[in-house]
Amino acid sequence: MSETVLNMRNLRVTYPKLSSKVDVVRNCSLQVGQGEILGLVGESGSGKSMTAMSCLGLVPKPGRISGEIEVGGQQIVGRSESQLSEFRGGLSAMIFQNPMTALNPFLNISDQMADAIVSSRPLSRSEAMSESLAALHAVYIPNAEACLAKYPHQLSGGQLQRVMIAMAIACKPRLLIADEPTTALDVTIQAQVLLLIRELASEMKLAVLFITHDLSVVASICDRVAVMYAGEIIESGPVADVFKAPAHPYTRKLFSTVPTLGSKNKQLEYIPGQVPDMSNLPAGCAFQSRCDVAMDQCRDSAPNLSASGPGHLAACHLVASHEDMN
Amino acid sequence: MSTSLPSVANRSLRIEKFRFFLSSNVLFVFGAVIFSLIIVLAIFAPYLAPYDPVKINFSEKLVAPGLTHLMGTDELGRDILSRVIYGARTSLVIGITVLILSISVGVPIGLVAGYFGGRIDTILMRVSDVFLAFPPLLLPIAITAALGAGLFNAMMALAISWFPWYARIMRSSVLAIRKELYIDAARAMGVGHGRIMIRHALPNASTPAIVQASMDFGYTILAAASLSFIGIGARPPTIEWGLMVALSRSKFLDFWWTAAFPGFAIFVTVLAVNLLGDGIRDLLDPKHGDLS
Repeated sequence: MSETVLNMRNLRVTYPKLSSKVDVVRNCSLQVGQGEILGLVGESGSGKSMTAMSCLGLVPKPGRISGEIEVGGQQIVGRSESQLSEFRGGLSAMIFQNPMTALNPFLNISDQMADAIVSSRPLSRSEAMSESLAALHAVYIPNAEACLAKYPHQLSGGQLQRVMIAMAIACKPRLLIADEPTTALDVTIQAQVLLLIRELASEMKLAVLFITHDLSVVASICDRVAVMYAGEIIESGPVADVFKAPAHPYTRKLFSTVPTLGSKNKQLEYIPGQVPDMSNLPAGCAFQSRCDVAMDQCRDSAPNLSASGPGHLAACHLVASHEDMN
Repeated sequence: MSTSLPSVANRSLRIEKFRFFLSSNVLFVFGAVIFSLIIVLAIFAPYLAPYDPVKINFSEKLVAPGLTHLMGTDELGRDILSRVIYGARTSLVIGITVLILSISVGVPIGLVAGYFGGRIDTILMRVSDVFLAFPPLLLPIAITAALGAGLFNAMMALAISWFPWYARIMRSSVLAIRKELYIDAARAMGVGHGRIMIRHALPNASTPAIVQASMDFGYTILAAASLSFIGIGARPPTIEWGLMVALSRSKFLDFWWTAAFPGFAIFVTVLAVNLLGDGIRDLLDPKHGDLS
């Protein structure tokens, strides 16, 4: 196995409330190796973005993170803001959901790219310029020189996302965090951008943490996938295994909601019920109220991650008992 | 690369849009023309003024407006037209100085307060608020009383009572800008706070402050004239419109021109600047289409 770039162990993100605390991410453990793309999927509010922001030490105030996050051997948790600022860009960079708003409308592309590069690598501004140009070539921006002089409003959404990716890779990070980078793009551009990320990951030996709620995106570019529900990772494993044999009832339901062309079923599948209130989680399994196969045990104790196949983990008592039987 | 074809097309489109803006904003054009005239008067005062503005000539004192003295003369026989023309210099200098002083103090305070928030915000803004707690003219009066009367002290005093407005305006627009994704994106790329504040937050948040400045220009001139009028601003021999009105206080019932023309100059200048400010506000308003 390749070298592990991101090693997250028992991450917890806590927000204080008036009298209590809310854990929006609980016991989250992840590993991403060099050149590997890990898809992190889950519903809105399941804690995907919080997990990603934690890797940069950018959890919005007044959130607190605890646990361990190592990026390229550097511990992120507990670092001061100035130390974190040095890690950002150079160690881990991030691309965002909406490229149209992720660039400053007042600055042209070259200024913004140079800012990012100079902040994370010991280069002069003119060196940063040539780096930006090289990065734009690497993401296949046509007429890269002209693009440098342009302002964000003069570029299309797909081009802007390429610029964002170029900006991220120009900082030569070891970990790239992609927070739903294709959600705001149309489908043909989406495919191009995904292909690009796939290519860059293997070429530059980038570890990619790819956040999405689009399962087809996961299937097309990720090596491994982790499914989050209510702030916890409830299943993780190689994409092929998880898609072929989802072990957690939530994952199974999630797959059944994907409409397929030509299916006789006129009604769209959905998962009844709601994500539990994070400040008032039930005892036991967080998914019990929406689970078809919930047992008495699920109301009493929360299941731990247990293996359902090689490298394939799921947090469900059914999986655990199955494992025991074997 | 900047002179490629599309940008030329862009420029002519922009000029086209600006023309349309001008044709639909008569008051803006009016204000701009008057204000340019005042600037020309101020710059070329020595060439435009028919007489020496400080030359005392008792044989011609309090002459009514006529062909030799278009605006008449004051009690010392000085030509009022020449004094009004030279007074434009003082007023423009006052407006510019007070604005530069209050912006250079207020904008950084607001920028830092809005960007960092929390305790820094509270401390900076409460300190600024102290200066807002005084009635608008009382604080300058108190300050000039402490520092001594004079035009420079009056300008300092005005700036001190003015900067909190810029701090507040800047803070509120930075608060909105801070939530923008490109600020987060820049941080995620490792760009430091200082650079983000200056390169990202400042240009995107400065429109309200620019508009406020264009409006305030007139008000500072008016306020400085008021200070001069009550005797704590400009002092003779400085030529200042407010001071001219003040000096004619005892005579203007019989010799109306001694107060009317400097007063009219104040009125026209403040009006022109305000019309200009209104226009700039519309010009920078994104709802009016992008001209920037």
